[in-house]
Amino acid sequence: MLINAKNLDHRGINDALRDTHDDCTIENCCGQRFIAAGMSDRHITIEGIPGNALGAFMNGGTVTVNGNAQDAVGDTMNEGDIIIHGSIGDAAGYAMRGGRIFVRGNAGYRAGIHMKAYEDKMPLLVIGGKAGSFLGEYQAGGVIIVLNLDTPEDRCVSNFPCTGMHGGKIFLRSDCRNIIFPEQVSTAPATDEDKAELRAHLNDYCAQFDLDLDTILAADFTVVTPNSSTPYRQMYVAN
Amino acid sequence: MLREGQVRIPSGCAIAAVISKEGRMIPGDLIADAMVPMHDRSNGLGGGFAGYGIYPDYKDFYALHVFCDSRANRIACEDFLKEYCEVVQSERIPTRTVPEITDEPIIWRFFVTPLKSVLASRQLDEREFMARIVMKINTKMEGVHVFSSGKNMGAFKAVGYPEDVARFYKLDKYEGYSWTAHGRYPTNTPGWWGGAHPFTLLDYSIVHNGEISSYDANRRFIEMFGYKCSLQTDTEVITYIFDYLTRRQGLTLEEAAAVVAAPFWSTIRREEDEEMRRKYTYLRTVFSSLLVTGPFSIVLGFSGGIMALNDRLKLRSMVVGEKDDRVFIASEEAAIRVMEPAAENIWAPAGGEPVIIKVKEGAY
Amino acid sequence: MGLDFMYPEFEVIRNMDRCINCHVCENECANGVHAFDVKRGIITADDAKCVNCQRCVSFCPTRALKIVKSGCELRENANWHHWTIREIYRQAATGGVLLSSMGTPNALPVYWDKILINASQVTNPPIDPLREPMETRVFLGEKPEKVKHDKDGRLICELPPQVELSMPVMFSAMSYGSISYNAHAALASAASELGILYNTGEGGLHEDFYPYGPNTIVQVASGRFGVHEGYLAAGAAIEIKMGQGAKPGIGGHLPGSKIDGDISRTRMIPQGTDAISPAPHHDIYSIEDLRQLVMSLKEATSYEKPIIVKVAAVHNIAAIASGIARSGADIIAIDGFRGGTGAAPTHIRNQVGIPIELALASVDKRLRDEGIRSRVSLVVGGSIRNAADVIKAIALGADACYVATAPLLAMGCHLCRTCQTGLCNWGIATQRPDLVKRLDPEVARTRLVNLMTAWRHEIKEIMGGMGINSIEALRGNRLMLRGVDLTEKELEILGIAHAGE
Repeated sequence: MLINAKNLDHRGINDALRDTHDDCTIENCCGQRFIAAGMSDRHITIEGIPGNALGAFMNGGTVTVNGNAQDAVGDTMNEGDIIIHGSIGDAAGYAMRGGRIFVRGNAGYRAGIHMKAYEDKMPLLVIGGKAGSFLGEYQAGGVIIVLNLDTPEDRCVSNFPCTGMHGGKIFLRSDCRNIIFPEQVSTAPATDEDKAELRAHLNDYCAQFDLDLDTILAADFTVVTPNSSTPYRQMYVAN
Repeated sequence: MLREGQVRIPSGCAIAAVISKEGRMIPGDLIADAMVPMHDRSNGLGGGFAGYGIYPDYKDFYALHVFCDSRANRIACEDFLKEYCEVVQSERIPTRTVPEITDEPIIWRFFVTPLKSVLASRQLDEREFMARIVMKINTKMEGVHVFSSGKNMGAFKAVGYPEDVARFYKLDKYEGYSWTAHGRYPTNTPGWWGGAHPFTLLDYSIVHNGEISSYDANRRFIEMFGYKCSLQTDTEVITYIFDYLTRRQGLTLEEAAAVVAAPFWSTIRREEDEEMRRKYTYLRTVFSSLLVTGPFSIVLGFSGGIMALNDRLKLRSMVVGEKDDRVFIASEEAAIRVMEPAAENIWAPAGGEPVIIKVKEGAY
Repeated sequence: MGLDFMYPEFEVIRNMDRCINCHVCENECANGVHAFDVKRGIITADDAKCVNCQRCVSFCPTRALKIVKSGCELRENANWHHWTIREIYRQAATGGVLLSSMGTPNALPVYWDKILINASQVTNPPIDPLREPMETRVFLGEKPEKVKHDKDGRLICELPPQVELSMPVMFSAMSYGSISYNAHAALASAASELGILYNTGEGGLHEDFYPYGPNTIVQVASGRFGVHEGYLAAGAAIEIKMGQGAKPGIGGHLPGSKIDGDISRTRMIPQGTDAISPAPHHDIYSIEDLRQLVMSLKEATSYEKPIIVKVAAVHNIAAIASGIARSGADIIAIDGFRGGTGAAPTHIRNQVGIPIELALASVDKRLRDEGIRSRVSLVVGGSIRNAADVIKAIALGADACYVATAPLLAMGCHLCRTCQTGLCNWGIATQRPDLVKRLDPEVARTRLVNLMTAWRHEIKEIMGGMGINSIEALRGNRLMLRGVDLTEKELEILGIAHAGE
């Protein structure tokens, strides 16, 4: 089904989506928020710029954006895939518990903040370009991968990555010598075992964006993991 | 000592009303006589009347009845009005000297119509515009109080017993298709002319008996919408509530009554008509702050009709009777018998059950 | 002993004439205060471990026990109070942030106690609540600003989503994790029986309690614990937690030690990891961002649920509430600074925020001044202690009240203020199975229903006295209140006259 978003507000678009179970293409999208919020069983393609909170609380299905996306994409998403062919704004994948967000371009501030994992739910956020500051803040689970494919001369991630991280894992396609991490995380070069895990994570990503997996994996990767899942235990005294 | 408006003064009362469904003229002294047997329900600190159809010669103009403290204030009021309205008549309201009525202010009336150019620039409906003019004079102009502002109707009120007030205003010289009347028993001594009933806004007038317990909840809600309860009386707030519900929200009188004297939830649940149940629930939920509790019986006058309403527990008395084209309403049956000794179908409406009498279309 | 030694705050007094060495006290105390001295053949107590929760006192079959203040305090000093000095010793020993539980015990003003309620005499009648209808039903949610008729003149009766309460009181947010499964079971079933709502707090909704969904508020906090499609769909309303009265500007933090099997499942995070919900939602740095979260929750639930935004009462609360009212939120919940908590930094609990009475009065006034009061319902909490407090809150302008400490007390809490230890002897603020078992959900439910039923009767009695037979006629009816012992400024903010006026 084709939805022309030109004269629709977010409620108009989502009502149109709620009324169908077909795959949908949304044309002329320009800033309408909350597209596909809470939805689970549709394949949605978006032409134009979707507004904030795209795919919030999403529970399955696929959203593909043939361009850039704004802030808070995939807030608290539980399942499904969000594929962004361009770049993505701030707080991507906020508290996502499952599903995958694939970004071909860069991510803004606080990507993967509060990301969690639980039982069979293992969220994955792959950023093809660079990530902004506070990547993986309070990360409690899941996997974040930053590939920095386009500007290898730049740092792959900006300042204060992994603050408050207490679970999950981050792979950075870099030796990370120029990046300062907080005390509560450890960094190590990727082992063969890590590479094997990366290969599994990146297979679909590379297929999606027509990239060569082996070329990508040939570079150095750094793995970031938290030292403790309870980092604040020693901070308080009972009064 | 604080004057009414600076402090809230509860009061008890007597009310009466008469209307001709055919739109035939009823002389003003008929309603004045009705108040005599209810003398003891008032205490001489407020009486008043409202007549509809009394100004046929000026029926397209808003008749503003005004109390002024001084000549200067009266002139200031007239100057203010002229900025926004065409004033086609400006005169003293005729009164006669009555020993029981003293300390009268300057009592004036203006017949006005809003200037088209001002209306166009304000992008306001004519009635809303006039309502704002009245509200502005009453809240902003010292020593001036507009106590009547409808078309082809007028309120007449004073500190005194209602029958004396009627003589003072020469009510026998007026005739209208409907009349309401009020005798007041306020619990303070100074008495203020503006505090007497009826209370009016545009062509809505209210006479009211009882002291409501929801006053401040109602007031604080209604004041969100541009009304200013400058008198702090129940009557004032009830008038604004009806103006808001019917003129501003477009509710019918029956719907407005279902807000003000909403049925109990248990009654709503028992309502068998699904549509009515939904409607009562809706109105009660949306306008919950306009539920009026505590004892009241009111008569709302408007162009072409009257509505009588009791609180939902029926804590005040009210009787209705009929004869030919006339319908009578009063706190006591005696008052009805004075107006029409042969009145028929005397009945007391249930609490919360509105009695709406309309003049037939085209007859007013 | 030595530098860090502090003489115990409480002393366990055992009447040896009455003690029968039955060991009940020993078994009941999770803090390990009581122990049997084999050599002497008597039970002894280690006062240092006692938190004065009165569990042993309540269960001693011979009334042999009492707990008293030990009285061994440092030299009196009005500036350097005994307690202040002890806090310094604690911090000097550990380097830790002082952590406390429940509402502040400090003697800060309780305005409820300085407000008196009206009654009818002569000019209008009181109403007998036992024999006349007396309505306490409340609908929370946005009310349309303009009603419409269809072309046939019929009123269009479509309302934005509302929640219905049989009385203007709800159990406020306490997460599963901060309190026990049995406590949640009692709150959920009592709310259901009473026709009111309870609140999951930010720890998710245990699968067993989904049947109570119509009486449940599901909370979404910055950590988004346990938030998923089914959770959002389960509740009668969704609450976005922006702040809490006991710790404004501070987030929540449930230590990994409390994240065991069931709690981990409910929060949907692995066992043993800290559950951190920082103060800000990191997608809300400004008021327009709040609108984004409100609307995304509405979209995700097809506009079927009212959205509550809960904030702590802070200095600028009137302006904040005005912003929330314009954010698409249907209900604003304001939590005053005397509100409770399972754990909060002591000085934040004691020093940050403002009293709920003043916050409520100024928010209600501001929303009315701006003509937007009917866009939102107003719920207030933060130490609503009894039916009279509820009446006063409604008359100041609230639609309903949130209570938490009172229901905890009803379930057995003795307000010892040591929830953060997780060793609640009353089975409430603990996850230790043997302790949780002590709280019988059936008994607790009955006690909660009793408490609320009693309050409801009292609310009706007081309303009847005022001649008001429906709670909505009390809402914002400030003429029904008078102040005593208040300054002009306080009266002005509360919008009430002084007694005698």
